This record gives sequence, structure tokens and C-alpha cells, in this order.
Amino acid sequence: MSTTTVDTPGAVAGQDSVPAQPRTARPRGETGRATRLASHGILIVASLVALFPVAWLVFLSLGPDKDDYLHPGRIWGKMTLDNYTFVLEHTKFFDWLLTTMIVTLGTTAIGVIISATTGYAVSRMRFPGYKKFMWVLLITQMFPVAVLMVPMYQILSDLQLIDTYPGLVLVYCTTVVPYCAWLMKGYFDTIPFEIDEAGRVDGLTPFGTFARLILPLAKPGLAVAAFYSFLTAFGEVAFASTFMLSDTKYTFAVGLQTFVSEHDAQRNLMAATAVLIAIPVSAFFYFVQKNLVTGLTAGGTKG
Amino acid sequence: MTVAIDRATGKTRGDRAPRPGPLQRLKHGYQKHWYAYAMIAPVVVVLGVLVIYPLVYGVYLTLTDANSLNTARTIGVNHIDATYKFIGLDNYADILWGPTAYERFWSHFVWTIVWTAVCVTLHYVIGLGLALLLNQKLRGRTLYRLVLILPWAVPTFVTVFGWRFMLADGGIINSALDALHLPSPLWLEDTFWQRFAAIMVNTWCGVPFMMLSLLGGLQSIDTSLYEAAEMDGANAWQRFRYVTLPGLRSVSSTVVLLGIIWTFNQFAIIFLLFGDTAPDAQILVTWAYYLGFGQQPRDFAQSAAYGILLLAILVVFTSFYRRWLNRNEQQLAI
Repeated sequence: MSTTTVDTPGAVAGQDSVPAQPRTARPRGETGRATRLASHGILIVASLVALFPVAWLVFLSLGPDKDDYLHPGRIWGKMTLDNYTFVLEHTKFFDWLLTTMIVTLGTTAIGVIISATTGYAVSRMRFPGYKKFMWVLLITQMFPVAVLMVPMYQILSDLQLIDTYPGLVLVYCTTVVPYCAWLMKGYFDTIPFEIDEAGRVDGLTPFGTFARLILPLAKPGLAVAAFYSFLTAFGEVAFASTFMLSDTKYTFAVGLQTFVSEHDAQRNLMAATAVLIAIPVSAFFYFVQKNLVTGLTAGGTKG
Repeated sequence: MTVAIDRATGKTRGDRAPRPGPLQRLKHGYQKHWYAYAMIAPVVVVLGVLVIYPLVYGVYLTLTDANSLNTARTIGVNHIDATYKFIGLDNYADILWGPTAYERFWSHFVWTIVWTAVCVTLHYVIGLGLALLLNQKLRGRTLYRLVLILPWAVPTFVTVFGWRFMLADGGIINSALDALHLPSPLWLEDTFWQRFAAIMVNTWCGVPFMMLSLLGGLQSIDTSLYEAAEMDGANAWQRFRYVTLPGLRSVSSTVVLLGIIWTFNQFAIIFLLFGDTAPDAQILVTWAYYLGFGQQPRDFAQSAAYGILLLAILVVFTSFYRRWLNRNEQQLAI
């Protein structure tokens, strides 16, 4: 009895090792043909799902009539770029572009600078109130828009900043900075302390160390912070819908909504505008996405 | 809080260098702290003026009966002073157990919880699955990755309108379902299907972030661990269960928390997908916005009270989450 129980695992292991032989002989990371095909299949389906809504929007933007989205088949026969020329010539597209650029670039620039200095301070320095400060940053990240919307509206109108660019930039900074500061702190933590010391030994001031040594090394982290700020400011809907009142100062997120009510649901123009908006911001996205994984998980990969 | 922060105290450095005198240390410490304060000064000012002060002001508003008819406002050249008055905790009492509290708060509350749980689960599972597939040596891996992050690359407010065209009555999705002789639900009108559509769109938008974060986590797992597991005879499932999942733990706890917070606060998708047409599909955030800005007269006090309640829910949840992580000896990476 006891011999059989001892023998069985050995026998099973012996049987297992025979079919396992070709598997272990394969170099690591290579997979079987069936697995590979299945992976490709799933990835292709997922890619189609990811691609389709965007492609569909592009396709609809080529149809000249506002109800073409109900009869997509008819678009093939009458494809035209008229929607685009109309949007560029007869709507406030360029006003919206100007607003969006001022607000997003302002938010990105200010947000990245502030969060980089903050991230560096909390990464390298231990100062009284450090823990409380980190908690405030963490809690601020999870503020629902509804918490600050009403009081901010009141405060901005007291300061006469409603319907102005600086007002919206300031509001966006409050949503962007806490996350970026955490992000930058995570990135600065990965830069060795010895570099700071070397800088100080060579006679640089603390600010000099930060600006000349650490910032250049933190470029990927800065890129992610900038990218995050840009996309957040670009895609924000709630504050922009509430705080920007005149239609020449709409950001794209607000302007795009006006096609439904104002122009009697001109969906073809809306689709064309959406495509025009999506192109530059997606281009920006793909431009910075190489740094993405490293930067976003810099705080996450070390526990 | 984390190992990395402890490293930053510089204790090891202090031990290595000869200890300076107490006066020098004080001076040094002052210099160090002055520098740190200077670095965080801008963010303290911005957060103080635009977060802390509004928060305090918002809490005060929830204790009043402020709405757009009795707050201070300027019409033309006439300035009208605020006439709202202090009513204590009445707003909270009214929201939580006043008449019709179920329709106004609890139904939205339950739906918000369901929405968050379902969305984050779907984000995580699909994101992890795709990340695992992308972590293999596959031909065209970069191309797949580029295509799969498209829902994140295109701004949400653009893609939501694309989805609206697709989900509209007579849109491509219902045409396709008709062609397959399947029932075609009224995605944008019927409450259940509105909720279904909202979850679908949000899942579509949220998976790329999870996928990229988890892919980063996967790539940071030491391959020698897999080799060791394989040497010990672990099969694919065991390698996943005992090497991959523990290796992803810190990334996972972070992105799941972020995902929960972001989904709970997700404004754009429901707001843009339905506008004012779907009172029953509004989560708490969009409902609070509707109360404060989507109706006339605007009910500022109730809207702010909803906001404070939302924040309270999130803070309580997060502290429990952290405690739970600590008990399991995990650290939050953010």
C-alpha cells in the first residue's frame, strides 16, 4: 500500500515528462500553432470591436444628408467631402479650436510644471505635514465633478472668471495636478538618489539639481503627465459645459453637442466635426504613447 | 506608505556620512524643508484656492436652501443680493429619508454601485485577457496594440457620439440585429437597455487603460520566475495563478482602485449618451449635475449635498480598501 502511494507520483511524473519533452525543447516565449492562431483570432476580433465605432463615424461623415446614418448603404453612391468644407467654412470650428488649444495647452504647461515640482518635493524631501499632504492629493483625485461644480461656479462668478480662459485652465489644473503629482512622484522615486547627491557635491543648488539633472532624466514621466493633462483637459465635458457660456468660447467637447439642438440634429456635420477633432488629438496620443506604459505603471510596478 | 517612500527618507545616507552637529543639522533641515515647501507652494496655493476653499464653501451651501433664484447674481446692471438662509442638515435628511427619497437617491445609488462593479469587472477581465495575449511573442503585436488603444486615443466625447449613431433606432446595431432576426431593443429609450448600452460604451472606453497598465505589469515580472515554475512542473494555469497574478498584485490593486474611482465619477458617457432623456439611467454624479445645472430653478444646495455624499462614499470605500490591502500585506502603489 505504502509503496504504491510513493510510486504513483514518480510514475505520473515519468509519464508527464515524455509529452512535455517537445514543449520544453521549444525556446521560451514561443507558443504552439493552435494557441497562436487562437490568440490572433481573439486579437483580431478585439481590434475590430475597438476600430469599428471610430471607422463608422468616419464613414458617416462622408454622407451628405443628415439622415444618412439610418441608410448607410446609400452613402457609398454619394460619398463627398462637403460636410468637411461646410464645417470649416460655416461653423465656429476655428473659434472652438482656438479655445480648446488655449485651454488644453495652458492646462498642460501649468499642470506639468506644478506637478513636477510637487512630485520631486514629495519624492525626495521629508517635511512636516508630508503624510497629510499626500492624503489630500489622493482624496482630491477622487472628487466627483459634482462636489466642486456648484461652489466653483459661485466662486468663479464672484471673481468674474466665468466664460474666460484662465478660469477654465485653473479649474482643469485642480483636476489634473493631483494625479500628475502622484505619477511624477512614482517616476522620481525610480531615479537613483545618488544623482541628486552628485549634483549637490558638484555645487548645484537644489533647484539646479532638479532642473538640470532630474528633469532631463524624467522626460518619459513628464511626457505621460503632459499626455494625461492634455487628454483630460481636451475631453472634459462637465466643467466646460457649465463654465463657458458664449458659443465662440466653447471647447470642442461643448461645441460638438450644439449640432444636435442648435442645427436641428445635423448628424452628418456632427460626424465630420468629430472626425476633424479626433485626428489631431489621436495623432498626439500616438506620438506620446511609447512612454505610456512605463510612465503610467512607474508607480505601480514597485510595491 | 510604501517601501520606496521609506527609501526616500535617506536614512541609509545619514548613516554613511559623518553626523553633523545639532545646529548644523537644524540649519540643514530648515534649508531642506524650505526648499520642499517652495517646490510644493504652487500646488498648495492652487489646491487651497480651488479645492479646499470651494469644498468648505460647498459644505456651507449644503446647509442652506440656495438655488438659482435666491443666490447673489447680476442681471444687466442690477446686482441682487443673496437671500438664501441657513437650514441646517435638512438637505441631507431630505435626500436620505425624505418623501420620494427612493426615486431621488436610493435607486440612483443602487444603480451607481451596480454600474461601478460591472464596469470595473469587465474592464479588468477583458484588459487582463488582452494584456496576456499581447505579452506573447506574436507577429503584428505592435499593430494590435496600436489598434486596441484607439478607444482611449480618441476623446470620449467624440466616440460617445459615434456610439449614439450606432445605437439609435434604425442605426447600424439594430439593423444588424434585425438582419439576424434578433430582437432590436430601444437602446436609447428603454431603461434597462439604456443601462446596458451605458455599460457597453463605458467598457469599450475603459479597457485600453487597464490593458496597457496590466501589460506594463506583466512585462515587469521577472522571466526567471516562469522558468523556475516550469522547471518545477507547473502547467500554464499554475504559472498564471502562482506567478502572474501575484506579480500583478500591486499594479492590480492600483488600477482597480483608480478604475473604481473613475467609473464611479464617470460623467461624460452617460451625460452625452442620453442627455436629459434618461432620468432612470443617471448615476449619482450625472444626477447631481442635473439637479444643479440641468433644471430650472437650479437647486444648488441639493446638488452640492449630493456631491458631499458622493465624496463621503468614496472616502469611506477607499479607506476600507486600503485597510483590506494592508491586512493582506499589500501596498497601494499610488
